[in-house]
Amino acid sequence: MSADQFTAAPSRRDFIKTTTAATLGLSFAPMMPGAYASGTDAIRIGLIGCGGRGTGAVLNAFEGAEGVKLVAMGDAFADRLASSLSEIGKEHAAQVDVPKDRQFVGFDAYRHVLASDANYIILATPPGFRPIHLAAAIAAGKHVFTEKPIAVDGPGIRQVFALVEQAKAKGLGVAAGTQRRHQTGYLETLKRVQDGAIGKIVAARCAWNQGFLWKKDRQPEWSDVEWQLRNWLYFTWLSGDHIVEQHVHNIDVVNWAMGTHPVAAHGMGGRQVRTGPEWGHIFDHFSIDYEYPGNVHLHSQARQIQGCEGSVSEALVGDRGQCQVDKYAITGAKAWKFDGKDNAPYVQEHTDFIASLRAGKPLNELKNVTESTLTAIMGRMSAYTGQPVTWDQALNSTEALMPPSLTFGPMEVPPVPMPGRTKLT
Amino acid sequence: MVKRGTVLAACGIAALAAGQPPSTYTETIPGTRVSFEMVAIPSGHFTMGSPATEKGRTASEGPPHDVELRAFWIGSTEVTWDEYDLFAFSMDVERPSSAQPRPAPPSGADAVTRPTPPYGDESFGYGKGKQPAINMTWHAAMEYCRWLSAKTGKTYRLPTEAEWEYAARAGTTTAYSFGGDARALGDYAWTRENSGERPHPVATKKPNAWGLFDMHGNVSEWILDQYDAGYYRTVQPGTVGPVLLPGNHRFPHVSRGGSWDDEASLARSAARRGSAPDWSRRDPQSPKSIWWHTNALFAGFRVVRAVEEQDNLKGFRSTITRDSSQ
Repeated sequence: MSADQFTAAPSRRDFIKTTTAATLGLSFAPMMPGAYASGTDAIRIGLIGCGGRGTGAVLNAFEGAEGVKLVAMGDAFADRLASSLSEIGKEHAAQVDVPKDRQFVGFDAYRHVLASDANYIILATPPGFRPIHLAAAIAAGKHVFTEKPIAVDGPGIRQVFALVEQAKAKGLGVAAGTQRRHQTGYLETLKRVQDGAIGKIVAARCAWNQGFLWKKDRQPEWSDVEWQLRNWLYFTWLSGDHIVEQHVHNIDVVNWAMGTHPVAAHGMGGRQVRTGPEWGHIFDHFSIDYEYPGNVHLHSQARQIQGCEGSVSEALVGDRGQCQVDKYAITGAKAWKFDGKDNAPYVQEHTDFIASLRAGKPLNELKNVTESTLTAIMGRMSAYTGQPVTWDQALNSTEALMPPSLTFGPMEVPPVPMPGRTKLT
Repeated sequence: MVKRGTVLAACGIAALAAGQPPSTYTETIPGTRVSFEMVAIPSGHFTMGSPATEKGRTASEGPPHDVELRAFWIGSTEVTWDEYDLFAFSMDVERPSSAQPRPAPPSGADAVTRPTPPYGDESFGYGKGKQPAINMTWHAAMEYCRWLSAKTGKTYRLPTEAEWEYAARAGTTTAYSFGGDARALGDYAWTRENSGERPHPVATKKPNAWGLFDMHGNVSEWILDQYDAGYYRTVQPGTVGPVLLPGNHRFPHVSRGGSWDDEASLARSAARRGSAPDWSRRDPQSPKSIWWHTNALFAGFRVVRAVEEQDNLKGFRSTITRDSSQ
């Protein structure tokens, strides 16, 4: 597969024209139709965040469509970028075109990736950076595949909500890493639920309960900031806590089934077992009662404690049946079980996204993932404070977790939230 | 069952030195209350593979060929989560209560690499305890055996494909160890027909004639051998301890016995299956985990221990690393 195969594609010239217009921030509609009109135009990935997920996403995109190359990479750390480049190049060297001058390291690496001629940005850094990177990518006129969650706090959520329409106005696609929405079994199951297979939904449950996750032992040469970044799961300003970082997947499925988001959260949680300083300051368990319109409730659990019952699941209770969504099973009058072949959703999400770009009808999944992220944040806020938190309170929260400026150096670990004492801001 | 030969006395085990055949024993994992039973399997020979007339059979099961095996022990059950958790989550070296001092790791076992934690629930909601451990990679199962060996001072490993089939047949030549009629399978096995689409606690069905549970069904069991559909055509009849040693590729390895998620024909004594990259289809990371699959909820294993190890398996271990290709 030669690079020329793509640069010589017939509509390359048109594509340059439209992306240039977008880069300049010009806004005229409809701008992008024709952008991938040939169906084979080169997708040029710029990867921001070169960890295991970002690396996996590039390989998923390679597998998901023809005519995909990697042209620029950025990460806070040189070693992460190097290992990612090596992993991707192992079996896909022909699709990698990332010379030294398109490898960017540091907190401003994303700016350089966005200034390259990449036209398909993958955002896979810790989620705390997401709103900043997403806003910059949309401003630069790039199509974006963004990992979940989309933000970690109210200000970030508001920033991203504003980008939903901006992206549409610019003809830019935004796909989100909520891959269950591209997973055959989930799609088939929820189609039936939405067609009334269990009647009206009256209650729901969902969980992401598992054991401990990875952590990286602190090295003597690491500053506080580097240590926190390399252990980003355990710091709310970076991950949003595990209810946001991980459980957002299950919450998203319930929002999808409900067709809306909850209006309030009544939550509790704590830090019972994973208490050492190596685990940052996040909780190890949450239990949230989410209230949807019409007094329909979702019981959500998120736990990361070793040796306990595990469950990563979503269940819906209808007035005419029940649905165990993760098992693709419906019981009741219209009992049904998915018996088809499931797909590879992490690949499919790129297949679907790239097809939408080439068809000139870019997907925009930003609103859904932002609502689901805010749902999780609302639950976290309720558990942290011990108070009920409404959708509007969470959305309008002024608590900005990202430090105003970030350099490698000292940084205190935020205090562990104490329900009843921690205040909602 | 045909029993041939006697176990050599040079194996350094007291009971055997006296010319006694090996006997069944219970192993308690040191420092824990977790135990499992190892059933003695005498040396012997059998016909490996299936005849062309066997219902559900595939070409990879032929030609049938005569195989000789030395004596060994094999777990009476599949490895349970009670056992596997000790290894996978270092529950043998860490105590859940921080009030207790952390004991020093046992010598030897400390050098064994441990799985990285999965991003998700490794039990898939099926529960733990006496449930068979599932969804681990072949590499992880191999490393479990190294860990168990270091803990116990005895050399445990995965069964070779020949050992597994010999033990599963328990002297029979029929499709199943209880005969050729799959209608009786439900008395012996959890398969798609009766499992309710989930694995079940080990040893809750009838054992075979040699006292081994769940050789048919429940979880499909990792085998030490690399999978090659044409391998049987290359084995000389009468070979002692045939084994196809794997290299450092992640796939394919043999998995045997069928599972709760499979139809009856995959639970036959001769049925073969090779692992494949789509067993990790939903792993979002790259490199993908070398410890956990994401789509092999049907995969587990049991351990064996040679009475006298064959030369080509002495010290054999997985060479798979994060850099290994598929």
